[in-house]
Amino acid sequence: MKKLTIADYPLAETQPERVRGKRGRTLEQITLKAVLAGEVDMADLQITPQALRDQAEIAADASRPTLALNFRRAAELVDVPQELIMSTYELLRPGRARSKQDLLDRAALLRDTHAAHTIADFIAEAAEIYEKRGLFTYRY
Amino acid sequence: MPDPALPNRWRRFAEWDERPLRLDKFAREDPSHGFSAFRSPADPKPGIGLQASRIVSMDGVLAHDFDMIDAFIALHHLDPAIAPEAMAMDSGLLARMLVDMNVPRAELVRLARGLTPAKLADVVSQLNALEIAFAYSKMRARKTPGNQGHVTNAKDDPLQLAADAATAVAYGFDEIETTMRVSRNAWSNALACAVGAAVGRWGVLFQCSSEEAEELRIGMAGFTSYAETVSVYGTEKSFTDGDDTPWSKAFLAAAYASRGIKMRCTSGAGSELLMGFHEAKTLLYLEARCLCLQRGMGVQGTQNGGIDGAPLTATVPGGVRELMAENLLAVWLDLECASGNDARSSESEIRVGAKILPYLIAGSDLICSGFGTIPAYDNSFNPSLFNAEEMEDYLVLQRDFEADGGLTPLAEHRALDLRARAVAAVSAVLDELGLARPTPEMQASVVVASGSAETRSYTPGEVAPISEAIKAREITVIDVIRALARRDFVPEADNLLAVVKLRISGDYLQTSAMVRGGRVISAINDPNDYCGPGSGYRMTEDRRLEINDIRDVLDRTEVMRAEATFEKAEVARIAYPVAGTAKLGQARDEVVIGISPAFGVKLYQTTAGHRLSDVLRVLIDGIAARGLRARVVRLQHTADTSFLGLSAARLSGSGIGIGIQAKGTAVIHAADRLPHNNLELFSNAPITRLEHYAGLGRNAAAYALGEEPEPVVVPTRGEAMGSRYHARVALIYAIETGLAVEGMAPQEIDLQFLGVKPGRQP
Repeated sequence: MKKLTIADYPLAETQPERVRGKRGRTLEQITLKAVLAGEVDMADLQITPQALRDQAEIAADASRPTLALNFRRAAELVDVPQELIMSTYELLRPGRARSKQDLLDRAALLRDTHAAHTIADFIAEAAEIYEKRGLFTYRY
Repeated sequence: MPDPALPNRWRRFAEWDERPLRLDKFAREDPSHGFSAFRSPADPKPGIGLQASRIVSMDGVLAHDFDMIDAFIALHHLDPAIAPEAMAMDSGLLARMLVDMNVPRAELVRLARGLTPAKLADVVSQLNALEIAFAYSKMRARKTPGNQGHVTNAKDDPLQLAADAATAVAYGFDEIETTMRVSRNAWSNALACAVGAAVGRWGVLFQCSSEEAEELRIGMAGFTSYAETVSVYGTEKSFTDGDDTPWSKAFLAAAYASRGIKMRCTSGAGSELLMGFHEAKTLLYLEARCLCLQRGMGVQGTQNGGIDGAPLTATVPGGVRELMAENLLAVWLDLECASGNDARSSESEIRVGAKILPYLIAGSDLICSGFGTIPAYDNSFNPSLFNAEEMEDYLVLQRDFEADGGLTPLAEHRALDLRARAVAAVSAVLDELGLARPTPEMQASVVVASGSAETRSYTPGEVAPISEAIKAREITVIDVIRALARRDFVPEADNLLAVVKLRISGDYLQTSAMVRGGRVISAINDPNDYCGPGSGYRMTEDRRLEINDIRDVLDRTEVMRAEATFEKAEVARIAYPVAGTAKLGQARDEVVIGISPAFGVKLYQTTAGHRLSDVLRVLIDGIAARGLRARVVRLQHTADTSFLGLSAARLSGSGIGIGIQAKGTAVIHAADRLPHNNLELFSNAPITRLEHYAGLGRNAAAYALGEEPEPVVVPTRGEAMGSRYHARVALIYAIETGLAVEGMAPQEIDLQFLGVKPGRQP
């Protein structure tokens, strides 16, 4: 498929049919009437990995490679449960992981169960730096 | 005799001691203790070492010795393909490119990807304040400027939050931000602001600043649409003391995006100094590190410019210039910039006004990263640079400079309607969801209240169970939308749904995104294209008229309407029948009073509010008190005070005349003097009282008697008369000059005081 460019932005205007919530509903289908009929729930209002990858392509075309990478990391986190996200964040804070291995284990978990390869690499990179900087020391 | 109690001190200093400025404390420049904006021996020299596209040293530190911030910047910010070229460029040249309208923004943004923190700081420190403001205007990412407001109150009262959110939306804020006095009230605050922000129009992004995990949960429930509490710091120790690392924060950034929530980081000068881990580095250098980190993390934007450290930064020499410089670094690094101007950095209104001006005229993605839309005491973030108290000052600054500060004047009746609607809407939602039942009295007290001190509504303790119920029952924005619709708040339900739908496409996750007129605009589809006069952001004529439309504006119709109300009463008191052409007086005991063309004909009171009949009466009485007679003539060839006086004097048998305009400006003149060399002049009509006019009459008679009286002095305390009266004066004076006809002869007036005695109420 052709890469998206800044000309495709905003996607909700240029390609409304491409923009869908997690359960596949289009923007047009998410109306007040549908909400009142009980046909819309929070899942319909959630961003999808595809939408984030689309935005990553647009960001890259706008010469913002780091923003694009953030969107790609985010795409990997969409389906990661909230508790796992919060506990991973917690583990990345200073002194939470007791060793490099704790972080590497978490990276492996995210890679294996959620195919979150970019995120896993990022956590592994943190593990290296944390070790160098002595960030595995417990903080009272 | 000298007063023995007087200290040996020029009392001017005692007066200065009483000025609000003296509440500000200033710190001596002291780089070794972190108190320096731009210069410190501890700042590294810019530099980079590369081996086979790998960074082996940066700003004088070998890769082996990188702290976690250096490491993150080297890995994620610096582009090895650009660094050699960019770092080899002279800092002075880069500084000139920043202010050169012929150098495209995109080229500078490209080079920034190869610049180290020390280099970036070195470049912008070469610019003076004006150059920084100009470069900021050229380099900011999105073309259209915007603004963000705080909506909070001291009681966490949901009714007031909704009312104030609706008002903030109407003033034009693109984002609103709330926080709580009591942290467990976060859910209630979020729900109330979300409902209030849906009144009137849709598209205002909203955030609820709270603990990270809680904030993300509130976002996932759909109440909020952006976050900016992800703080980063410029030294390793302050970062870990803030209980985070660049990796943990970058992970959080991705987590927000994964939930479709817009996010920016927060940093700012002075935070490391406040936290005690400044490494004797300058404020600017440490902030340059923060900003390189943020670009490396891949966040779309930053909230910087001191932020909570702004008051501290403003105590050091050049501190305010540093705040501007760090905002410039943010936009040079292609980040959306919510440019501070939030924490109030001074008690001096002059320093406050001076602080905002460069941002107002340069524009900014969000000029304030929290303009206090509520009174200072209701601001749970602490008072902002501008608060509700100064809202109208800000609106007038926009008008003065024809600069778009993102806000729009709001008519009184419209404000009241919106507040009533918002309070009704949030009350309906609370009731419909079984959370609370606000009484009509509570609602009514909030609609008209300026701040929480005036409301009879919820207290923080009463809000807590509401908030906890929202959280415990897992109420989401969908429940709120349904509740609104069921209670016939259909436009609000639609508006709220439209905001939540933004997250599906993620369009508003791109750099500098906001919603205007129902459309997402960002640095992508509204890029700043400044390349000299006529380019970049320019207000449309419609927008210009919109910001000009402040309240209580005078025009000729308004002045004439006011005068018409006095006319009726004056015609019952005084008549000015014409008795032919004025004659040259022969009697030595007369003083001629020369009135202006519109005096008592179209204009009826002085700018001080005295009836013209009263003024004439006391003048005549004053002359009579010295045994002389007054003769009144109407001059028709001029409205100028000096010539009114001189012409009157030349018609006067004594050679002394009084000239007076309808607005009350008066002069004593002598026939043999040059036009502008009068005997006495009352130029401050707005503060001239009847007793002064009586004195003027007596003195005119005294001059006619050959005496040298003590001139009447109208005491002034230096009020800014011009600003209060000049618009009206100019309109009034135009009415006078409109009646004057070149060469027309003066008229003799057979003045008649009618039934009502002057000085009494009719």
